Amino acid sequence: MEARNTWDADQAAAIIATHANREGPALVLLQALQEAFGHVPEAAIRMVAEALNLSRAEVHGVFTFYHDLREKPAGKHVLKLCRAEACQAAGCDELVAHAEGKLGVAMGGTSADGRVTLEPVYCLGLCATAPSAMLDGRVVGRLDAKRLDALVTEAQR
Amino acid sequence: MSVRVYVPRDAGAVAVGADEVAVALRAAAARRGLAIEIVRTGSRGLYWLEPMVEVATAAGRVAYGPVQADDVEGLLDAGFLDGKAHALHQGIADDIPWLKRQTRLTFARCGIVDPSSLDDYRAHDGLKGLAKAVSIGAEATIEEVVQSGLRGRGGAGFPTGIKWRTVAQTAAAQKYIVCNADEGDSGTFADRMIMEGDPFVLIEGMAIAGIAVGATRGYVYIRSEYPHAIAAMEEAIAVARRGGLLGKAIAGSRFDFDLEVRAGAGAYVCGEETSLLESLEGKRGIVRAKPPLPAHYGLFGQPTVINNVLSLATVPIILQKGAAFYRDFGMGRSRGTMPIQLAGNVKFGGLFETAFGVTLGELVDDIGGGTFTGRPVKAVQVGGPLGAYFPRALFDTPFDYEAFAARDGLIGHGGIVVFDDTVDMAKQARFALEFCAIESCGKCTPCRIGSTRGVEVVDRIVAGEKRTDNLALLEDLCNTMKFGSLCALGGFTPYPVMSALNHFPEDFGGARPRLQAAE
Repeated sequence: MEARNTWDADQAAAIIATHANREGPALVLLQALQEAFGHVPEAAIRMVAEALNLSRAEVHGVFTFYHDLREKPAGKHVLKLCRAEACQAAGCDELVAHAEGKLGVAMGGTSADGRVTLEPVYCLGLCATAPSAMLDGRVVGRLDAKRLDALVTEAQR
Repeated sequence: MSVRVYVPRDAGAVAVGADEVAVALRAAAARRGLAIEIVRTGSRGLYWLEPMVEVATAAGRVAYGPVQADDVEGLLDAGFLDGKAHALHQGIADDIPWLKRQTRLTFARCGIVDPSSLDDYRAHDGLKGLAKAVSIGAEATIEEVVQSGLRGRGGAGFPTGIKWRTVAQTAAAQKYIVCNADEGDSGTFADRMIMEGDPFVLIEGMAIAGIAVGATRGYVYIRSEYPHAIAAMEEAIAVARRGGLLGKAIAGSRFDFDLEVRAGAGAYVCGEETSLLESLEGKRGIVRAKPPLPAHYGLFGQPTVINNVLSLATVPIILQKGAAFYRDFGMGRSRGTMPIQLAGNVKFGGLFETAFGVTLGELVDDIGGGTFTGRPVKAVQVGGPLGAYFPRALFDTPFDYEAFAARDGLIGHGGIVVFDDTVDMAKQARFALEFCAIESCGKCTPCRIGSTRGVEVVDRIVAGEKRTDNLALLEDLCNTMKFGSLCALGGFTPYPVMSALNHFPEDFGGARPRLQAAE
């Protein structure tokens, strides 16, 4: 489930204080901030850098390396469609095209009303019930056009 | 006395409706005044039957599947709580032929036990390996693992015991056990299954490793795409701590060991061990050059055992039953069993653990039942996105590290993805290079640049542009990537590319022109 909290520097400072003493904390901190705010704004990068005595460049480098971390909030719901080989073998390419058509966005985009972000994912480990998808953390297997339509409708609500 | 009903909570079962079945079952039983106890287990790995519900009867656990929420009333009407007949009735679970013909060592408990109950784990032979390790001591424990012939199940196949011995022999104030649970290979889900279905076996394996090498801290690095596995491991770790299995003086021994879960953040390359260590340190997941080996200079520069989930989860049974018991399974230098995963367009997909030596054809046609589309099998990719595509002509290859290597392939983490005859192999080759370009950490040039150039060259070949020249260029590029890359991402991407080209030249615009032997 995507977080809906708006950016709050005090809350961010509290999160940073909670995790700063863990071993190798930079990535853990960025993940915790994203979980709280749905994204990691530039202001958060500065705070993490300061707390860990790292340069902003170093923290920015960590932030940009990982696909999960976002600079801007995603749509209200995030629909991920698996595009890896096992799902390819089970016909995911057609489903991707179907979802893009229905939502009117390309993979990686967010629908105009801000409700749904459509993203590729490379393997959910549901390869024996392919093709698979994930809507806000909920997994769905044996996806077909009908089940996908239901997911899209649910996400658009 | 209430009837015990088992409903999996494995992500693969949940994805096809297991949670809804559990809810419907509870509601229907309440309405009818039936006393039932629902136990949420892992999956047995028969995914075409998921959600597979089991009922405890005097004769054993009777399976029904695939069950949907709206089947529940009919099942209750038919007397499924007494194991009676129904269209979804599969008989005694243990006697289902697909399960019965397996040799379940690593997965002995998966799908059977309650993954949140340490008592249930103990009741099913759990913690016997740890007790043995405590009683025989570090050196003898390592010797057992060496003698068992266990090799790294992540794909590289390096002898696990040798890795451990190296760490044990390296002096340091702090050593680490790191479990690589960044199972990013498409077509593989064994790590996910065991973490969701039998998490204590992984904890036990890591604790044994800690005792063996003198490490007191461990990390399980689980990919973020596996939220169910992360939750299951965190729950099990908390239970294990309460039960004295983690922390100070574990299981009443003189050894300390504690464990923490860290989530990945969507980078495929972090499945590479040195990249994973960088990520655990909170940095960009950039691959390290080896040497130094992680065994000497690993996490935070300390001696570190880094093993795949399955390697660590197999250690308890090796200690419990002895090295010889495990070593007696298998062929050649591939000892023991391999949890093989059948995936993609396959009729009977799931987890099939068996001794090394079974042929690829048996796995795909006989056990997997061919494709679910009913069309002929054209190709299978073995070992994830970096594994080779094999045509039917190579289906006599036995599942064995060396046999696959001899045919320019790899078994990797044991995943087999089945494709029917509609697959375009040039598209698959292009995808392999494209994926490498997206996921490259960027440290070495062959991988960073080679992958992007490779996509362009494949496009030119398919477009029929200077075919002979471009085919030679692709082969040359693949050789550069194979021998010049720092890690398996750039180094193995040539496997799917070259195997697609060599075995399916017709998909690249016709028979491959004969290249002059120019050595």
